[in-house]
Amino acid sequence: MDIGPQIVIKFDNGIFITNTVCFGIIVAVILIVLALWSTRRMKKVPDGKQVIAEVVVEGVYNMVKATMGPKAINYAPYIGTLFFFVLLSNMLGLFGQRPVTADVNTTFALAAITFVLIQRQALKSYGLIGKMKEMAQPYPFMFPLKIIEQLSFPISLSFRLFGNILGGVIVIEMLLGGLATASEALHLPIPLLDAVIPLPANFFFDVFEPVLQAFIFTMLTMVFITMEIATRDEEH
Amino acid sequence: MSSQITPEALIYAFSALGAAVSIGFAALGIGIGQGLAASRAVEGVGRQPEAKGDLLQVMLVGQAVTETTGIFAFIVSIVLLFANPFA
Repeated sequence: MDIGPQIVIKFDNGIFITNTVCFGIIVAVILIVLALWSTRRMKKVPDGKQVIAEVVVEGVYNMVKATMGPKAINYAPYIGTLFFFVLLSNMLGLFGQRPVTADVNTTFALAAITFVLIQRQALKSYGLIGKMKEMAQPYPFMFPLKIIEQLSFPISLSFRLFGNILGGVIVIEMLLGGLATASEALHLPIPLLDAVIPLPANFFFDVFEPVLQAFIFTMLTMVFITMEIATRDEEH
Repeated sequence: MSSQITPEALIYAFSALGAAVSIGFAALGIGIGQGLAASRAVEGVGRQPEAKGDLLQVMLVGQAVTETTGIFAFIVSIVLLFANPFA
């Protein structure tokens, strides 16, 4: 069984493009087109597509305000984009494609962006010296431990999303393969077994799990950025 | 018994065993941990039904953090099965 991403295009100089990259770009283009299309010809009294767009944007802003506080409302566009990109990438299994997030490169890139944002917010809150002081907080010898803690956050964040989605992909593939073998052994004219039986599994791994994982990914991002804001307010 | 067990076969056998043991024990621990979190959340909802949304959110995030060890075990299993460094 081949569970890794497939190489789609291979150039002569050894550079190759996998289907992760292709579908990542497709997902991004879909999101951009949807955003541009739903905000075309906006009216004072919204109707049709504008209502849905306003509900979505307002929901994201309210969630960010509730979790991170009104001071951090500038993070709302990033959080919303992250949520919908991860959601759509996870759900590609519904369309018979390999989910983009079942590749550790994608999830690690997303987690790296979050890591940079966290460090940027920490520098903004404390300054470089203050951050160093804060990291040596209970005892100075804790400093290396704190560095490891900071560095392990993006790794655990990326592996959490990657492992969950890849697990779903493997389970679905095993289920489909086993049922296909079974319906072949029963000499069914139509492959009935692998057409109907995987539906609940599909629902769980391609609808429920993507929503949950996208929510958890954005939620942990918000919580960890908020931690760098909240501690500053306590000191003042 | 004409066939002999080759070293490669032994490596594959113990890799499969290691993958199973790794994910199995991790799943045991996670099951207990997530169950504890869920039971406390249910107790909280029973005591204070109006805080259901907040409790659900906190429970899900806590369970996701609990799950991390299991995901690491899962990745160890995947590496042992599909990208074996010894064989």
